[in-house]
Amino acid sequence: MKIEIKDKKDTRSGFGAGLLELGRTNPNVVALCADLTGSLKMNAFQDEFPERFFQCGVAEANMMSVAAGLTIGGKIPFTGTFANFSTGRVYDQIRQSIAYSEKNVKICASHAGLTLGEDGATHQILEDIGLMKMLPNMTVINPCDYNQTKAATIAIAEHEGPVYLRFGRPSVPIFTNEDGSVSFTTNSKFEIGKAQMLNEGTDITIFATGHLVWKAIKAVEILEEKGMSVELINMHTIKPLDEEAVIASIKKTGCAVTAEEHQKNGGLGESIASVLIRNHPAPLEMVAVNDEFGESGTPDELMAKYGIDTPNIVEAAEKVIARKHG
Amino acid sequence: MHIFLVAKRLISLKTDLRTIPESYQQLPIFFDGKNLFLAAIESTLKMLETIEKPIETMSETSSIDWDYLQKFCSQTRRDIVRMTNGVNSGHPGGSLGCTEFFVAMYNVIMKHDPKNFTMDGIGQDVFFLSNGHISPVWYSVLARCGYFEVGELATFRKLNSRLQGHPATEEGLPGIRVASGSLGQGLSVASGAALSKKLNNDSNHVFSLHGDGELQEGQIWEAAMFAVAHKIDNLISTIDYNGRQIDGDVDDIMPLGDLHAKWVAFGWDVLEMNGNNLQEVVDTMNEAKNRSGNGKPIMILMRTEMGQGIDFMMGTHKWHGVAPNDEQLKQALAQQEETLGDY
Repeated sequence: MKIEIKDKKDTRSGFGAGLLELGRTNPNVVALCADLTGSLKMNAFQDEFPERFFQCGVAEANMMSVAAGLTIGGKIPFTGTFANFSTGRVYDQIRQSIAYSEKNVKICASHAGLTLGEDGATHQILEDIGLMKMLPNMTVINPCDYNQTKAATIAIAEHEGPVYLRFGRPSVPIFTNEDGSVSFTTNSKFEIGKAQMLNEGTDITIFATGHLVWKAIKAVEILEEKGMSVELINMHTIKPLDEEAVIASIKKTGCAVTAEEHQKNGGLGESIASVLIRNHPAPLEMVAVNDEFGESGTPDELMAKYGIDTPNIVEAAEKVIARKHG
Repeated sequence: MHIFLVAKRLISLKTDLRTIPESYQQLPIFFDGKNLFLAAIESTLKMLETIEKPIETMSETSSIDWDYLQKFCSQTRRDIVRMTNGVNSGHPGGSLGCTEFFVAMYNVIMKHDPKNFTMDGIGQDVFFLSNGHISPVWYSVLARCGYFEVGELATFRKLNSRLQGHPATEEGLPGIRVASGSLGQGLSVASGAALSKKLNNDSNHVFSLHGDGELQEGQIWEAAMFAVAHKIDNLISTIDYNGRQIDGDVDDIMPLGDLHAKWVAFGWDVLEMNGNNLQEVVDTMNEAKNRSGNGKPIMILMRTEMGQGIDFMMGTHKWHGVAPNDEQLKQALAQQEETLGDY
């Protein structure tokens, strides 16, 4: 597997670009932000559609419930703040006014995970996927690069129901096409709820999401050089999980590694494990943060220290293949 | 109960009253000096007429049937104590205190269409109950205004019911647009719905009701700032200012201070009223509508008595979330006349 990098950009800019395009194409799309317009890249939408942009100040709970209210009358609200303030801080508002009330709100969350960097653990939420996937009616999406985040932003406007869209702060390689599809070793489009095949293989499956997809691509290169046949699947949609694709792949490879910028508890790995145990038990290793808070540092330093980098995926893959044969 | 359902059905089918079978007309049970069936027809017709009256005429105080509204209040109070007694749970105190408010809102103040409820509420006034625990009064008034069959009140808080303990949308009960129960969220939701109306060039109003204990939630004050910052002047909110909450008097639990001054300081247009005086509720709500559209959201501090209308439930916080037992129910029902027919 050899991927050409087209460019590097932050996924939050993909969100900003997608939101601006939605502003131009869908008059019902409105946006709300809690004093982080620049960080969320929502300025362009704000400038072009001031009547459809609502500054909420540092008051996220209010923002979530206002968004729920805006759906009554047919608006499609996109809320923007950091992932920490989009989930943990406002869990009850999301639970009652959005998820239980089945409101068509798009919760767009930037600066998720360790790669937020120097701000430290107060802002580095690693539990948000778990919090959101536990809520009935909620769809959870964690795209992998700029293009896919833009495509996902546009796609969720057409998807009826509450959505949690998670993206991040740092610049990361762009390897998907403008519509979020891929066309390297496989042709695979981006579609909510569908696993995206990036590389076919027979020895092991790597299920990765978000920023860890690029880390996994690099791991596949290393593993292939070592003579292994590796299947790589981008699980951009964590809920609803594409169980069919997971089972089909595991039946072929017989073991798996999951990779994500999240706690092991409540993350993608846990969801995949649940599918395997209920359908086709197989050895599984999880590359994720192991029940601890982050700290200040650069994104790269943090990924390495907390064990969610390319070498960790390679190591987990070798371990799980050995378990399969053991 | 069945007689009223039959009456409503006949009316909905536009049955000519002369074609009612003689056996019904000769029922040996009498009410208000009339054959019970005819009395039921008459009272149901009256109710439907009131609902169908266009808002313009209903708003004129001279055209309001005050006697009917009083009877409606009495019946709703019976519903509240019967519903909560039936499942030995629920919140009768605040429900009884807000009865006049709901009866006035749904019969006189709001422009709404019970037979064609839509989630979006475009072209209508919409209402949000933020203190969702007083669902019994809301369910009673919604049912008796025609949102759903009055008989469904008997399912309150029971398994598979649309009448959840706290209001919810999941079961599709007409009249409910968002779940509430976890306190403090309704002012924000109402603000969002009011912004949506503005974006849709819909000149109707958004109303919301909140408890006074609920004002202890910080989110209320986030919304208080937001509604002023965005000049949400099509929003008319009301606080059930009964001074009581679950653990005791609000002044003892977490005093609210000078509430009027607080809302004024936040930039709201503030009115006050006695929520247990129908005339005052109607006049003040009409005044609020007249004042809307002037760049400020409107807050009404509504003084009520928790447990109003049932003597042993008044003057205390103790009936906030406690249902009357069978003996207490009997005492309560003796104080509120059956006027529109029990469900």
